[in-house]
Amino acid sequence: MKKMLGKTVCAFVAACLLSAPSVWAENIKVGALLAVTGPASFLGGPEARTLEMMVEQVNAKGGINGQKVELLVKDTAGNPEKAISFAKQLLEEDKVLAVLGPSSSGETMSIKKIFEDAKTPLISCAAAEVIVNPLASWVFKTPQNDSLAAIKIFMEMNKQGISKVAVLVDNSGFGKAGKEQLEKIAPEYKIEVVEAEVYDTKATDLSAVIAKIKANPAVQGVINWSIVPAQSIVVKNIRQAGWQVPIFQSHGFGNIKYVEAAGAAAEGVIFPAGRLLMADLLPDGHPQKALLMQYVKDYEGKYKETASTFGGHGYDAFMIFEKAVAIGGNDKEKVRTSIEGLKNLPGTGGVYNFSATDHNGLALDAFEMMTVKDGKFVPYTSK
Amino acid sequence: MTTELFIQYLVAGVTYGSIYAIVAIGFNIIYNTTGIINFAQGEFVMLGGMLSITFLHYLPLPLAITLAVLVTMGIGAAIEMLFIRWLKDPGVLRMIIITIGLSILIREAALHVWGSNVRALPYFFGNEISTFAIFGARVSPQVLWVIGTCGLMVVALNIFFQATSIGREMRACAANRVAALLCGIDTRNMVTLSFVLSAGIGALAGAVMSPITYTQYDNGTGLAIKGFTVAILGGLGNSLGAVAAGLLLGIIEAFSVSVVPLAFQDAIAISILLIILFVRPYGLFGSSAMAGLKEF
Repeated sequence: MKKMLGKTVCAFVAACLLSAPSVWAENIKVGALLAVTGPASFLGGPEARTLEMMVEQVNAKGGINGQKVELLVKDTAGNPEKAISFAKQLLEEDKVLAVLGPSSSGETMSIKKIFEDAKTPLISCAAAEVIVNPLASWVFKTPQNDSLAAIKIFMEMNKQGISKVAVLVDNSGFGKAGKEQLEKIAPEYKIEVVEAEVYDTKATDLSAVIAKIKANPAVQGVINWSIVPAQSIVVKNIRQAGWQVPIFQSHGFGNIKYVEAAGAAAEGVIFPAGRLLMADLLPDGHPQKALLMQYVKDYEGKYKETASTFGGHGYDAFMIFEKAVAIGGNDKEKVRTSIEGLKNLPGTGGVYNFSATDHNGLALDAFEMMTVKDGKFVPYTSK
Repeated sequence: MTTELFIQYLVAGVTYGSIYAIVAIGFNIIYNTTGIINFAQGEFVMLGGMLSITFLHYLPLPLAITLAVLVTMGIGAAIEMLFIRWLKDPGVLRMIIITIGLSILIREAALHVWGSNVRALPYFFGNEISTFAIFGARVSPQVLWVIGTCGLMVVALNIFFQATSIGREMRACAANRVAALLCGIDTRNMVTLSFVLSAGIGALAGAVMSPITYTQYDNGTGLAIKGFTVAILGGLGNSLGAVAAGLLLGIIEAFSVSVVPLAFQDAIAISILLIILFVRPYGLFGSSAMAGLKEF
């Protein structure tokens, strides 16, 4: 009899355990591979904080379709090897529905194939065009394409009558991809790249290379393409050399910290950027305005630091994920097809129109040209 | 090459070079008293910059830098007293591993205290774009601060080692630790003093170069590699050799951009380090006989 009782209890407990998932709704597990520390932490830091804030907000509202979201952030420190091992961990051990990130283009490229094989959606926060072109069916990205930024810069140069330029890039994935795009697109706008130099992401003084470029009398404008502190050093060294050349920067310049670091030298630098930096200046009816103002207010209120476009890339990644799960539910293939079906979706980077062939969903109008005036970002108006 | 361009490269080279030389001298001071390379030397430079930036919120610039240097010296002393002094069997390898560990520890602590953002001291004179001309080349006044401070430190250190009794006691330790001990010199205190000194000069260099190079929690590592290259190039333990080698490396790096792409700049430093280690491991200004007497 005693034995029977024991068995009954065992069976009861087992039944309870087995039925548990059906009683409480399953969590939606989403992974994030972000460079929270390390040299790319100015990308990954705001992205991670944004994701944490948004997950908190979504869960406070009852989750997506009644299911709570569980966010697993892995710090890759900007290291592609770490990104690979964390990606495998998220896919194989944590069995996540999708992964947001990585922060940098180099990391994204190194894990692209893993997600294709695992048939799991990856929404990258990195900018390089090669992430979505050639197309990979499971890989998406939120920042605007490099080529759009390059086209914006060249269009502005055409207006100013600049036809011979020097290109400076850092040796990160972002810099190298930018150099490729600039050199490829320049002829279409009748612009000739007469000097091209690559510097180390840890460079601390570039006055020698600036002297070299300055010595070439053909150079009419300088384009610097990087996401590291050295982009402030480039600007500083150019102005210190007494060189009043027009300076163009990539969309990687969209962090007010770089303007602070370059101080007076940053005045007049022209660069393409998403509208996050000028949210309060947008006309009231603009589709992005309300969302941008809300994000900036929430982020700055919670973390007491200035919101940057990089945090915005994280915002867009999570928003796209949230919308896709709301439509497709907790299923990898449905999330993927739902993302491809998202149209006219305003985000911080622009208005997204995804399709089966466009996994970025942004067009040229996602960028505005901006400049620096009195240490602040302001919209640039052509002379 | 025009004179203007030549001067521009030269000034850039001397600026990098004097920073490398100061880091190398920091290595040398500790090497001379302990026989080890302190791989946390680059972190002293970072701390000097970071602490002065922090203190600047409360103090005027000269006081902020002075306090930052003093605090870094305190950290140098604490490191020696906590991690090196009580070692019963201070093998060279063991001490080197300890300093590598310390450098990682300091870097991570700095990341937690100051975050990962770049910071910088303001320019001592003028701002980011003020310059003056030397033979047509434009030079930032801060460059003169760096070169001048590094030059003064080298002169002051030389006077200290040649003319003061403590300096002479430290040199005695460097020459022969056992003999120095027999003469009544407390070699342990000399080791502490060497950490204090090299922390101090590293911190001062870190503060004056901060407006030009910026300060970030992890920028000590790169400097330590360059400084180590220079220390080897000049002959380990030879401070004047370090100055010559530092300037040489800085100038080679600056002029190299005119012939090879900028991307190879660091490869040049590392190649020089490798060549020297193979061909003249006792450095350009050292002798093989002297090197033979040393443990490491």
